[in-house]
Amino acid sequence: MKVADTTLSDLSIDVFDKRVILSGHLVVWTLSKLSDTPDAAKIDLAAVTRMDTAGAWELTRRRAAGGTLTGLSHHHASLLATVTGALPVPDLAVEVPAWWRRTLEGTGRRVAGVLVYLSELAEYLGRTLAALWRGLCHPSRFPATSLIHHCQETGLRAVPIVAVMSFLIGVVLAFQGSDQLRQFGAEVFVVDLIAISILRELGILLTAIIVAGRTASALTASIGSMKMRQEIDAMRTLGLDPDLVLVLPRILALVLMLPILGLVSALTGLLGGAVMSWIELGISPAVFVARLADVSVSHAVVGLTKAPVFALIIGVIGCHAGMRVGKDAESLGRMTSSAVVSAVFAVIIADAAFSIFFAQVGL
Amino acid sequence: MNGDPVVRVRGLRTQFGDHVVHEELDLDLRRGEILGVVGGSGTGKSVLLRAIVGLEACQGGTIEVLGKQIGTLSNPDRRALEQRWGVMFQDGALFSSLTVRENVEVPLRAVAGLSDTQRQGLAELKVSMAGLPWKANGNYPSDLSGGMRKRAGLARALALDPEIVFLDEPTAGLDPIGASAFDRLIVTLRDALNLSVFLVTHDLDTLHACCDRVAVLAERKVLTTGTMAEMLQVDHPWVHEYFHGPRARAATEGIPDKD
Ligand SMILES: Nc1ncnc2c1ncn2[C@@H]1O[C@H](COP(=O)(O)OP(=O)(O)O)[C@@H](O)[C@H]1O
Ligand SMILES: [Mg+2]
Repeated sequence: MKVADTTLSDLSIDVFDKRVILSGHLVVWTLSKLSDTPDAAKIDLAAVTRMDTAGAWELTRRRAAGGTLTGLSHHHASLLATVTGALPVPDLAVEVPAWWRRTLEGTGRRVAGVLVYLSELAEYLGRTLAALWRGLCHPSRFPATSLIHHCQETGLRAVPIVAVMSFLIGVVLAFQGSDQLRQFGAEVFVVDLIAISILRELGILLTAIIVAGRTASALTASIGSMKMRQEIDAMRTLGLDPDLVLVLPRILALVLMLPILGLVSALTGLLGGAVMSWIELGISPAVFVARLADVSVSHAVVGLTKAPVFALIIGVIGCHAGMRVGKDAESLGRMTSSAVVSAVFAVIIADAAFSIFFAQVGL
Repeated sequence: MNGDPVVRVRGLRTQFGDHVVHEELDLDLRRGEILGVVGGSGTGKSVLLRAIVGLEACQGGTIEVLGKQIGTLSNPDRRALEQRWGVMFQDGALFSSLTVRENVEVPLRAVAGLSDTQRQGLAELKVSMAGLPWKANGNYPSDLSGGMRKRAGLARALALDPEIVFLDEPTAGLDPIGASAFDRLIVTLRDALNLSVFLVTHDLDTLHACCDRVAVLAERKVLTTGTMAEMLQVDHPWVHEYFHGPRARAATEGIPDKD
């Protein structure tokens, strides 16, 4: 018995004006050979030895276009009948609107999408606060262990990277600042420059951005993978409150930890600045500290006030993205990266808003 | 044309670490037949299927598919062979970034000279033959139910009209109506295309409705093969329990248990 090697299958075609005589294999591999024969022809299939659904499909198409089929073997006729019975019936095509309508509609949808997104974030914030209230009313249900675990994850584990980054920022500021200030003979003001920029802006902003990258993605991935495997639905049916058990400890840990990280960042940033000032400008640590005492404490207050707000933004965006993960792994990846991008973006916007606010208030 | 083996497994041995899954396993799949492979959970049905299609290395024995020995093939030979079989994995294993129709088009892209419209038309035909509605063509796998994903997986396995299809638990998790429609579909396709079908299943109704022969996997090898009628005569305790249990009786007699 000869097994046909489909990749080598062969079809020969003889055309006599309106008659097409096929012999050999009428299969998917040979279908393209038929393309230059007339559609509405009389097709003789007596010499076809092998036919598959693709061949049968082509024949039904030709029959519909006015062709006639002769010489079908019993076997091939039944295949043809099977394929004819299974031919897909397209749904009625929906009318495609004009391009300007589509553009307008797309823009409108995106704008509405942003509004919906913002209202959903507000809803999550509300749900977290409500969960916090429930947790405080029933201390036995408060997820304390989980809170401590997440404090360690988002707080303690982030200390090294935050410290190193801030130290380097302090070094860079001192280095660049001294270069410029030396031109005016005002080297000693580099202390003010470092202190104000680190305490007020850079320390907390860069910390928040690092935490947004580290923690927002972790929040989305952990909550999202639970959502994907229906663990969250299972929790609901078992009477566990996902807001209280999952969302609250994660967001609360961020709110508690980000100010501390901000403080760590401010201290290591000043340290980096002091070291560089000493090396580069010969400002001794004692002089540095003395000048530092002249800098208004309000800068540090302004910086640390922002921390809990940034933490809330990061946490709510991360948890919301996690809850929006669908059933497939792809949406998990998509939501994770979009959570990081949104969180970083939102933190920077919030920082700008704070700048305007504090300028108006006069702090 | 029927009768000669398209898959010949002799003395197969597979193991993971020191956990031996198969030992001295012999199995034939003949042309044009539907072979049901049954066995308890974890007896290595899926591993056997993966070994035959070359996804799992084996530690001994030989596997021949369509006269070619798996594991010794050059890359072009292997590609040519892959176009002659179709595999449907347990959960469909569709590409999640492609729509159902695009999934079915993937194997068709290997065919030279097929125009875009022909390829799409063929893919739509396969989707419809697998019993999915037209609307499913444009859906992504994540939008489909488990049963629909299986059908889409079958459509993709059948895209090139292969000679052999390997199906891993195609009816598991389907409702009885969907499952028996699937059984009928497999028989219809076998009759129309002279397919040889390697069907891993737990579903006794499927075994009755479509399998010509049954192979029972237990104690690391194929314990026995034969028709359903022959299976009822085997007195190995596990086989007896499997084919004579309460569910088996309901399936053989075709009548529900009455209280
Ligand atoms: N990649 C792997 N590594 C280790 N063990 C495996 C692997 N794949 C399967 N196994 C083991 O092989 C056995 C058979 O598995 P499988 O073929 O999936 O069973 P089933 O018959 O239910 O389909 C199981 O005991 C499983 O633990
Ligand atoms: Mg399995």
